[in-house]
Amino acid sequence: MRGLDLGYFIRRIGMFLLVIFVAASFNFMIPRLAPGNPIGAITSRMSNASAGIENGQAMFEAYRERFGLDDPLYIQYTKYMWNTLRLDFGESLSAYPAEVWDIIGPAIGWSISLIGVSVLITFVLGILIGALLAWKGTPGILKSLLSLTMIGGVLPYYLLAMLLLYFFAFTAHVLPMSGAVESGMARELSWPFIKSAFRHAILPASSIILTSLGGWALSMRGLMVNTIGEDYMLLAEAKGLRKSRILWRYAIRNAIPPQLMHLAIALGHVVSGAILVEIVFSYPGLGYQLYMSIVNSDYTVIQGITLILAVSVGLAVLIIDLVYPRLDPRVTYVAESSG
Amino acid sequence: MNTATVQNNTRPNSGVNIWKTARVVLGFFNNNRLFTFGVLLLLALFLFGYIGEMTTSRKMADMGAAKLNLRPSAENLLGTDGLGRDMFTVMVIGIPNTFKIGFLAGAVGVLIGALMGLIAGFYKGYTDTIFSSFADVMLVIPTLAILITVSAYVRVVTVEIMAVIVGLLSWPLPARLIRSQTLSLRERLFVDVARLSGQNDFEIIIFQILPNLTAYLAASFVGAVSGGILASVGLEVLGLGPQNVPTIGRTLYYAFNYSALFKGMWWWWGPPLVTLAIIFTGLFMMSVSLDKYANPRLQGSTHN
Repeated sequence: MRGLDLGYFIRRIGMFLLVIFVAASFNFMIPRLAPGNPIGAITSRMSNASAGIENGQAMFEAYRERFGLDDPLYIQYTKYMWNTLRLDFGESLSAYPAEVWDIIGPAIGWSISLIGVSVLITFVLGILIGALLAWKGTPGILKSLLSLTMIGGVLPYYLLAMLLLYFFAFTAHVLPMSGAVESGMARELSWPFIKSAFRHAILPASSIILTSLGGWALSMRGLMVNTIGEDYMLLAEAKGLRKSRILWRYAIRNAIPPQLMHLAIALGHVVSGAILVEIVFSYPGLGYQLYMSIVNSDYTVIQGITLILAVSVGLAVLIIDLVYPRLDPRVTYVAESSG
Repeated sequence: MNTATVQNNTRPNSGVNIWKTARVVLGFFNNNRLFTFGVLLLLALFLFGYIGEMTTSRKMADMGAAKLNLRPSAENLLGTDGLGRDMFTVMVIGIPNTFKIGFLAGAVGVLIGALMGLIAGFYKGYTDTIFSSFADVMLVIPTLAILITVSAYVRVVTVEIMAVIVGLLSWPLPARLIRSQTLSLRERLFVDVARLSGQNDFEIIIFQILPNLTAYLAASFVGAVSGGILASVGLEVLGLGPQNVPTIGRTLYYAFNYSALFKGMWWWWGPPLVTLAIIFTGLFMMSVSLDKYANPRLQGSTHN
């Protein structure tokens, strides 16, 4: 591939593996650093749920053995890492004997479509708005109208989500309040299903789009201002090229790749924000499941979701990084890149 | 100790003169109206909380301190919530708490970030590779997921613990910014001069490089405070924040759990929402304004 040598490729893959390794280690350490122990949490939850536990001590031991908590720490760690590597997260504690995957699996689809579509729309709109804000030929009125998009960036994701929920779903009844489809609807690829899913996604997606749009537009504007100052822009103008061609092929085209790099860095934040948006709308994605598993003290599911989130963001960033040299010929990783 | 002073080429007049400093500071505020406005906005909110606290008794923020679900009136300026708490008192105590979390988290984040950035940028090589890789990895991992997990295990009890946990995860961005600047600063002439005049690495970092990073540190701090408040309020809204202490996020948590939205109790969810909007507007104005000094990309474009 052009501008992409083996060393860089290996380094990037190594980075990705490091992300997974660190995330998994966090997952392993956090519960063990916490006061008390996970089993105590489980048994106390059980005794709260029922009046008391029969054979409490035996159950305690059984759990200890099941989770290998009697082994020395390094063996626990190795076992844990091995299981993680095989993406085996074990059984859910609150919905036993359901596997963690049975809970995470369906949620992943919803999350990916919600976040993916929102990010795509935000990215495209952000580029357009930012470009128009920096472009000299944009009418003043349009510029001030476009600056209004910055307002959304002032509110946190979840607050805008709550406001949208209140005005559009609760007060005006134009859009559904929660869920991803009408309740009881079977998951199938049919027209009513898609329509329902679309209607349910409008508000959560809007919260993500409206709150992050301003930031994207602002950074795109910064990149555009820089690009417009380049000499080749002057040359293009001197050659008498059409204004629209200069805008699209010369200015915007050159400002997009760095913007894509921003996306790679910001993706973790977007996903964090989306977690909260999902919770507000009870949208059955990973964020909502994470919340539910915390409410239910379902630690295996919590760990599974945290890891899946880290892995998917890491994967997305890896892909962006690997295609980047193809999009931006100015960047080659053949020479030693010092960051 | 060798005390040869090296003139720092970016600040020729380093003689301490209170009036001159005051004039410079005032001039900065005057030249950066947006920044000033943002600061005033936050200051006004802070004073509201601080002065308001003197006019009311903390007890009014306890459950059952007043009648339930009262509309705003002369007696309860912002009404009472569904659990009988006086909303005015809740806000007045909650606002300083939220500021405290934000500033503490921001300070922790920038402190760690600056330290890592300075070391990585100054020593380059393997040190840099290790520090930068770690920062990059932490940038990729969705912080909130980790925070939620941590808070689920460590049921956070105090505002301070909350702030430190949030702060511990907010260092990567400052670290990157400071590192990239340190990389360029360490090649400047005044660093060579300082080394020749006998300063050791520590002195060079503290007395030569750090002073030139003021704008970047300030910008990082504003960003980290903003991120800290964003994350902590997010956790509080989920019920994972400090228990038994009124904070903005916790107020929202109760408002939503008791369906304040659907009962039409706007005085319950409105004040925390407006407060957050003011806080983030203020911080946004400050950061946009500081960007001019701290964003190398924008500096190069002034000729345009």
